[in-house]
Amino acid sequence: MSKVLRISKGAEQGVQELLKFLLESGKVKGVLTLTKINNNGAVDYSLITNSEMLKDALPLFPLMPANAGKLLSRFTLKSALAEPIAVVVKPCELRAFIELVKREQGSLENFLFISSTCDGVYPLEISSNGEVAKKLSKYWDAVKKGDIAPDIRPTCSCCKYFLPYNADITIALIGENIDKECKIFLTTEKGKKSVEGMKGQLVEGELKTQEVKNLLNKREENKKKLFDNPALMQDGLSGLIETFGRCIGCHGCSRVCPICYCTLCTFDSKDYENEPSTYETELKKRGGMRVPPNTILYHIGRLTHIGISCVGCGMCTDVCPVDIPLSTIFLKVGGEVQQTFNYIPGKSVEEKVPLTIFEKEELTEVED
Amino acid sequence: MKDDFEPTIIGFLCRWCSYAGADLAGTSRLQYPPSMLPIRVMCSSRVDPVFIITAFLRGADAVLVAGCHPGDCHYIEGNYYTRRRFACLRKIFETLGMESDRIRLSWISASEGPRFAQVVTDYTDKIKKLGPNPAKKEIFL
Ligand code: SF4
Ligand code: SF4
Ligand code: SF4
Ligand code: FES
Repeated sequence: MSKVLRISKGAEQGVQELLKFLLESGKVKGVLTLTKINNNGAVDYSLITNSEMLKDALPLFPLMPANAGKLLSRFTLKSALAEPIAVVVKPCELRAFIELVKREQGSLENFLFISSTCDGVYPLEISSNGEVAKKLSKYWDAVKKGDIAPDIRPTCSCCKYFLPYNADITIALIGENIDKECKIFLTTEKGKKSVEGMKGQLVEGELKTQEVKNLLNKREENKKKLFDNPALMQDGLSGLIETFGRCIGCHGCSRVCPICYCTLCTFDSKDYENEPSTYETELKKRGGMRVPPNTILYHIGRLTHIGISCVGCGMCTDVCPVDIPLSTIFLKVGGEVQQTFNYIPGKSVEEKVPLTIFEKEELTEVED
Repeated sequence: MKDDFEPTIIGFLCRWCSYAGADLAGTSRLQYPPSMLPIRVMCSSRVDPVFIITAFLRGADAVLVAGCHPGDCHYIEGNYYTRRRFACLRKIFETLGMESDRIRLSWISASEGPRFAQVVTDYTDKIKKLGPNPAKKEIFL
C-alpha cells in the first residue's frame, strides 16, 4: 500500500495539472514532457519552464521519439542539475537512465521522476502520418482493460517491467478508470513532498492490482511466442547471416540505443577498419568477402558491450531501415546474459553493473 | 577427410602464467599438437571479447583464453573480470545457437607445463571432432 493523490479528472488532464502545479508552486523549475508538434500525432520531448506552454504537453502519449534516458544523460553529463526538474518518462526510459548513471554518464540529483504503469508505445513510423491519432482510442481501451495494446512495439508487447522502478511519482493507468479519475501514487518521500498543497483526495492504494498481474502473465506468454519464433536466431552463424545479411551498416541502432553512450563507437573507429593485409589474408582464405566487412562482428560485439543492460525499449528496431528485429534479438540474448548474473537493468542505482564486479567463487562452469 | 583436418586454435595467453606454462612445456620437450597459435597478452583481462569474436569470424577453429589461476593474477583480480566477460560471451554464443565449444577459458600457471600440453592436446582433439569452423568459408560476415 502507498499514498495516492486522487483527482477526479481524466488521467491525461490530471497529469497536466500535476505538472502545472509543480511549475507554478515553484517546486520544480522546469518540466520535461512529451509535447505535441502537430495534430497528426507527432510528439517530441520538450523542456518547459513557462506553465502556459504546458497546454501542448502530452505526458502520457504512447510514443517514444527518443529514449529519454539518453536525453537525461545528455542534460547531466557535464554536471548535475542545479535546479529541480520534473520529468515524465516511460519505465524503460527511467531504467536506461539508471544504467547510464551507473556508468557515470549522468546524475540523478534534482530530478523528480514521474512515470506510469505502461502499456507500451507505437512504432515511430506511424507517428507522423496520422496513423497514431486513429489508434489512440483503441490504445486507451486496452489500457483500461489491462490488455496488450494492439500494434505496439514488439518488445513492449512482452515487457515485464511496466511497473516503474525508481519513480517518485507513478500514475496508475493499467486497469484503471482513466477517463474519470487520475491516481497519482506517491512512491517516495520526495514524491509526497512535491504534491504538498495540491488539490485532491489523499488515500491509500495498491499499484500492483489484479489487472497489472494479469497483464504481466499475458506478456509473459507473448514473450514466449516472440522468442520461440524459429526465424529468430537459433541456427548459429547461418542464422546470423540470414538475419543481418540485409544490414546496411548505418549503425543507427547503436546511435539511438540509450545504453550505447560512446560518442565514438569503437565500431565506427579506425581500429575496426581492415588493413590492406587483412583483406589480402581474408581473400586468400575465402576467395571473396562482403564489403564493407565486419557486420556480424558489430552486432555480436554490441551484444557483448550492452546486452547486460538492454532495457528492451525497442528504439533500435524502430530506426532500422531494413526491418531487422534488433530489439527482440537484443532482449532475448541480453535477457539470458542478465539472468546469468541475476540482474535487472535499471532496477537499482546501487547495484553495480555485473561486468564491473566479481565474486571470487563463481562461474566455475565456464572454466575448462 | 575429417582425419586430415588440423585445427587452428588461437590462444590468448597471459604473459605471467599461461605463456610461461607454454614455454615450460617447450623446454621440457613435452609433445603436443602444433595447432595453437599463441598470442601473448599482459593479462587474461586484456582480452576484449571482441578479440575472441574477431578470431572466430576470421575462421579460427577455436579460441582459447588462458590465464593465471583465480587468486594468482599478477594484477590481483584481472582474471575474475575475465571470467565474467567470458561467461557473458558464452551465453551469447549459446543463445544465438553458435558452437560455444569453440571458445574456451582455462587457468594454467607458469609451473604447469604438463597441464598446458594436456589442454592443447585435449582441445585439439575436441575441435577435430567438431570439424572446421563454418565461418572460414562464409563471405557475408
Ligand atoms: S539500424 Fe539496421 S541497417 Fe542500420 S546498422 Fe543497425 S541493423 Fe544495420
Ligand atoms: S539494444 Fe535496442 S532495445 Fe536494447 S536498450 Fe538499446 S535500443 Fe533499447
Ligand atoms: S557498440 Fe559498444 S562501442 Fe559502440 S556505442 Fe555501443 S557500447 Fe559504445
Ligand atoms: S596476470 Fe595472468 S590472468 Fe591476470
